[in-house]
Amino acid sequence: MRTIHTTQITQAVRELCIEANHFLTPDMDDALKQAANGEKSPLGKQILNQLQDNLQIAGEDQIPICQDTGMAVIFMEIGQDVHFEGGLLEDAINEGVRQGYVEGFLRKSVVKDPLLRENTKDNTPAVIHYELTLGDQVTITVAPKGFGSENMSRVFMLKPADGIEGVKNAILTAVKDAGPNACPPMVVGVGIGGTFEKCALMAKKALTRPVNVHSDIPYVQEMEKELLDKINRTGIGPGGLGGTTTALAVNINTYPTHIAGLPVAVNICCHVNRHAVRKL
Amino acid sequence: MEKHISAPISDEDAQSLSAGDYVYITGTIYTARDAAHLRMDEALGKNEPLPIDLTHNIIYYMGPSPARDGRPIGSAGPTTASRMDKYTPRLLDLGLKGMIGKGKRSDAVKEAIVRNKAVYFAAVGGAGAFLSKSIKASEVIAYDDLGTEAIRRLEVENFPVIVVIDSEGSNLYETAVCSYQQE
Repeated sequence: MRTIHTTQITQAVRELCIEANHFLTPDMDDALKQAANGEKSPLGKQILNQLQDNLQIAGEDQIPICQDTGMAVIFMEIGQDVHFEGGLLEDAINEGVRQGYVEGFLRKSVVKDPLLRENTKDNTPAVIHYELTLGDQVTITVAPKGFGSENMSRVFMLKPADGIEGVKNAILTAVKDAGPNACPPMVVGVGIGGTFEKCALMAKKALTRPVNVHSDIPYVQEMEKELLDKINRTGIGPGGLGGTTTALAVNINTYPTHIAGLPVAVNICCHVNRHAVRKL
Repeated sequence: MEKHISAPISDEDAQSLSAGDYVYITGTIYTARDAAHLRMDEALGKNEPLPIDLTHNIIYYMGPSPARDGRPIGSAGPTTASRMDKYTPRLLDLGLKGMIGKGKRSDAVKEAIVRNKAVYFAAVGGAGAFLSKSIKASEVIAYDDLGTEAIRRLEVENFPVIVVIDSEGSNLYETAVCSYQQE
């Protein structure tokens, strides 16, 4: 048994919120650089070069990459030999979000009630997902999610008879409908299988997988490659203003499902696909 | 084509722009997004005056992140314009001449753009740090309680945008995509 004080969690979440909003992961940086080199549309290339400048300014001048610093989505992988002391873990996480967003000059974009819509003024609460693992480590992933792309995400409850073609069509439909609204080039997170909520969560988690790493299931890997190619042939392009770079990656996660179902979730993320990870 | 215009925007300038033009805006523009649009709409419903005179002005759909000390503004990129579609035709009919945002607009907005010889620009979404460098001053002028969603007056210098829907109704989102589509 290992004891971790929740103040350590608060501190880590605070720092991860600030880090994620100012720096992309190296795989995202590389993918955006490659995209700028390979884009065929002159305007598209100009936009991708602007994104390069944007990342540089964000890091050097400590200005968030995007003004929509997101709702804080947090994945907690908790070793089952860990014991927390110092109060409720959820409170410690939200305190970290509060400190990160208030002290880190990040935008407060969360409203207390979806219909009454009063801003909480500190970007809390976060959306937290817990997973138990073996061992005595805690891995925290903070993934601030902007809503330009979140609003274009979809869940499709397909029928088994729709098969793999049905799944591919659903993903392409979501991407085409998103178009310029989702700030392309996008990253497409997909969850296939499970239940209604399980596929959505898998799609969200898929966005945190490096964009240069494919699924280790051979047919899924093929689908990821084929769909990325098809998406980049839609012509949507950077900013939706035409071009050959519409997505940087399609990341698909799968899970067993029911004999009667084929749920598919498509969680679209803009090119500011943020996540920062720390192990404690 | 690259063009430089000043804001507020004249009728002549608005009508000289074509979908696809890369435009640098210098002058005064105003921010408003969801909550500020709702308040303006409610004010109009009650026959109350708006906090800004819309005539010849440009609204930027943007809610910035907080400014660090000594800076005019934080990250400041466009938000999705379609959420404002419900309110936009009325504002255009009242004299609004330009909008800066990102993403598709409704047919009703496009018709109101043509009817009023206005223009819809896109700024590059997710480039808020870069775009903030073209904003030289920012002041909240209405609805302060809305925080990031308050109406701000911005002084901009060579603020880079692209014409998406021009005063004749040409739409770059429709035409440009076709040029690069490979089926």
